[in-house]
Amino acid sequence: MKGMTVIVRTVSSWVKLLIFLFGVYLILFGHLSPGGGFAGGVVLASSYVLLMLAFGRRFVERNLPLPVASRLDCLGAFLFVMVGVLGLLKGGAFFVNFLYAKFPGQVGRLVSAGTIPLSNLFIGLKVGASLFLVIFALSLFRYDTKGPAGLSASDGAGKPGE
Amino acid sequence: MAIFYILLLFMIIAAIIAVETKNLLSAVICVGAIGFGGSLMFLFLRAPDIAITQIVVEVLALIILIRATISRDLTFISGDREFFGTVVSVVVLFVIFMAAMRVFDNTMPQFGDPVFGRVPEAASNTYLRQGLKDTGATNLVASVYLDYRVYDTLGEATVLFTAILGALVILRGKSRKRVEEPDP
Repeated sequence: MKGMTVIVRTVSSWVKLLIFLFGVYLILFGHLSPGGGFAGGVVLASSYVLLMLAFGRRFVERNLPLPVASRLDCLGAFLFVMVGVLGLLKGGAFFVNFLYAKFPGQVGRLVSAGTIPLSNLFIGLKVGASLFLVIFALSLFRYDTKGPAGLSASDGAGKPGE
Repeated sequence: MAIFYILLLFMIIAAIIAVETKNLLSAVICVGAIGFGGSLMFLFLRAPDIAITQIVVEVLALIILIRATISRDLTFISGDREFFGTVVSVVVLFVIFMAAMRVFDNTMPQFGDPVFGRVPEAASNTYLRQGLKDTGATNLVASVYLDYRVYDTLGEATVLFTAILGALVILRGKSRKRVEEPDP
């Protein structure tokens, strides 16, 4: 995927940070105001999609390499399950809000509501990384459908069959 | 209430254009307009969480669909639709619509008037009353999906994880070598 014109590049280089910050805000304040892990994660992914559309795929791959994104994805899922397992160990049941006694609900405080902000954070990490990976995989997929040239080049990859 | 009918009319017109237009890019943009109208509706119904998720997913899905559309050589649909099939489907849809109108006329609550408001001991009312005390989250949506019903969220995260895994396994592999080539 090639980049776009200089107008798009300039505007998206200004806007990308605002979109990313908005995603971080949605994730961190998910237990206080509308938002949450899923929506914030999608916003994070969309900032990278904007970069991918404006600057091309290679630029994004240099910024956030595929192995790093894949590991972030796995890390988010693992930590989210770990919140549940810690609830099992400390509270007696899977996904017990075990931090609630230490950080009880105070309206408007960022550090409150026990494990809910933590879960939001991990879900946001997971959703953002995985949506980024899906879009990246779809944009790679375009190259495989280009016909016989793609078939002959793939023979050297040492992967017989589909 | 008039705003809902205006939005509904807007969405219906966009849906008709999306189905009828020959240009795939216009169809994708019309689908995005439908999603935008839906998110506005959720905003007016005082469900900002759903509105945010709706607009974000619709816009992102729109970008993906546009990329998928532009990358194809074929961006126009050609050929006629079958007259008989259209007539049959319109008749069937009309019959289903009339039956639904008959059934739902008296039992459905007013638009924008949630049904759990009528039943005092419904689970939703318990969440609304006890949510802040039980979980400490000001955003009751977060308290439901990350405390009361966190297993749902776990399942959703698992589904997403598995889907990404499958997509990467299917779509990667051979493509890695082709990245080195210059863009066409």
